[in-house]
Amino acid sequence: MNMIVCVKQVLDPEIPPAKFKIDPETKKVIPPTGVPPVISVFDERAVEAACRLKDKNKGKITVISMGTAKAADVVRHAISMGADDGFVLEDPAFENLDSFGTAYVLAKAIQKIGTYDLVLCGRQAADWGAGQVGSILAEILGIPVVTFACNIEAVEKTLKIKRLVKDGFELVEAPMPSLVTVSSEIGLPRLPGGMGLMMARRKIIPTWKAADIGAEAAKLDKANAHSEITGLSIPARKSECEIITGATPAEAAGNLASKIISLT
Amino acid sequence: MDANKGVLICGELADGKLAPVTIELLGAGRKLANELGEELAVLLLGSNTGAMGKEAIAYGANKVYVAEDSLFDNYNSDAYTQAAANLCRKIMPAVMLLGHTDIGMDLAPRLNGRLGGGLAMDCLALAIDPATKCLVTTRPVYGGNAHATAVSKSVRPQMATIRPKTVPAAERNDSRQGQVIVIEEKVDPAALKIKVVERIKEQVEGVKLEDAEVVVSGGRGIGSKQNFEMIKELAHVLGGAVGATRPVCDEGWTPASLQVGQSGKVVSPKLYIAVAISGAMAHITGCLSSKYIIAINKDKDANIFNVARYGIVGDYKEILPALTAKLKELKSA
Repeated sequence: MNMIVCVKQVLDPEIPPAKFKIDPETKKVIPPTGVPPVISVFDERAVEAACRLKDKNKGKITVISMGTAKAADVVRHAISMGADDGFVLEDPAFENLDSFGTAYVLAKAIQKIGTYDLVLCGRQAADWGAGQVGSILAEILGIPVVTFACNIEAVEKTLKIKRLVKDGFELVEAPMPSLVTVSSEIGLPRLPGGMGLMMARRKIIPTWKAADIGAEAAKLDKANAHSEITGLSIPARKSECEIITGATPAEAAGNLASKIISLT
Repeated sequence: MDANKGVLICGELADGKLAPVTIELLGAGRKLANELGEELAVLLLGSNTGAMGKEAIAYGANKVYVAEDSLFDNYNSDAYTQAAANLCRKIMPAVMLLGHTDIGMDLAPRLNGRLGGGLAMDCLALAIDPATKCLVTTRPVYGGNAHATAVSKSVRPQMATIRPKTVPAAERNDSRQGQVIVIEEKVDPAALKIKVVERIKEQVEGVKLEDAEVVVSGGRGIGSKQNFEMIKELAHVLGGAVGATRPVCDEGWTPASLQVGQSGKVVSPKLYIAVAISGAMAHITGCLSSKYIIAINKDKDANIFNVARYGIVGDYKEILPALTAKLKELKSA
């Protein structure tokens, strides 16, 4: 079973908000110093989903990430978990692409890889959180898509997927190849083992530029963007915290209890 | 591009009526259509949608497109995508709105991929730029820590999903006039690639997190699965639901389904009690729209106090038992 997983490197969402700074001029986030970027949480679960399928059915996992040269770190992370191969898609023309442009670049890279039974993406990115790329990618590739998966099994040439809906789950069957977006309910990603870490360190991660994947300049031209960011701001927060005290912790708790009753 | 005119809403039904989110979309869509000086249309899919057409008109639609087919009674991604894409190609709307629901979250990006156009997900506000007549969308990014505005300058339709309960619902007026148009075209069975085998309703113990008026959440500072029982007890006394941060779920102290935050659930209760939670960006995202956040943390500098309305600085182990006991007493009084 041939699987391709798309991963993105993002600002660590677990940082305290005090470290979160933006530049309204460039409409970008200023990366905090001393906090390394991480693999987007949902994408890590997508890698985990691929590894579980590989454990059961054998197969090959190829990971691709569009970003800067540093994105090789998240590709290596995926390899340390059990992926076999990886590529970084880096080109000045790929910078600041919208979801449509991103999906186009990923589609060209996937077409270059060639054969696949399953494409996996996280349900959304942990930074911009649009949740668009996976579905647009499937439409460009012309393959079926199943979103918000929390379990994936492969039975011969059929994918049996459990997906999240508002008040429960759906069990669906999809043919191969299909694209599936993965939600965090799939469960914890595995920790890399010693062998995986060694593999990841030794692996050569080639970089593909626009010309390598045959991406057309017109499709990457910002003048043709489907969506353009016109502003980025930090919303004002008006919360003023009132600290409730007491002679003892128990007394403070009693005072809070009265407050809670008055609020509910 | 100038050929694209009007606003189209992809409606949703709930319990045989227009879903609340659809009535909100009608409110937002009517305003946009008025600003553009164009028509507001709604697409309704499913059995008996014809009868719902009058409803949508009373809420402000000029035209209601209905496709009465039992195939649409439950959401089917392939069928809905094809039906909505076909209508879009025919009527060529300038703006298309969907709810940011499980349906909209699946359908909008697929339609965007199929039709081209621009899309903004999970919008909090929509406006028309008076100069360019472009749709300006505002949406939370980086877990709500920043807001981004965006426009689609050169492609149509301009699509957006709107977060439920963020825009006022349309007001009903039964004297409004409009047109109900029946879509005769059937979905091509060859387009149905995904087979829905079964739908399973989730059984929830106690109050459901998303619906709760009170949520009591614990963080890593709780220290153990055993200590987490204190969180459950407090939630029980308040008739509320239990929540948790990602590290707590990762530790297995609670099921993953109780996770509040960016990679879990977004809740907006009246009261959110955060116990031993420092307030990482990813968690705050999930509770920021609560009416009152109450923080209990031994670190006075913890970020949670920056978003809380009330707080106690102290060890939760000394506070929670007394708090729970006192609340029990006050509740029984």
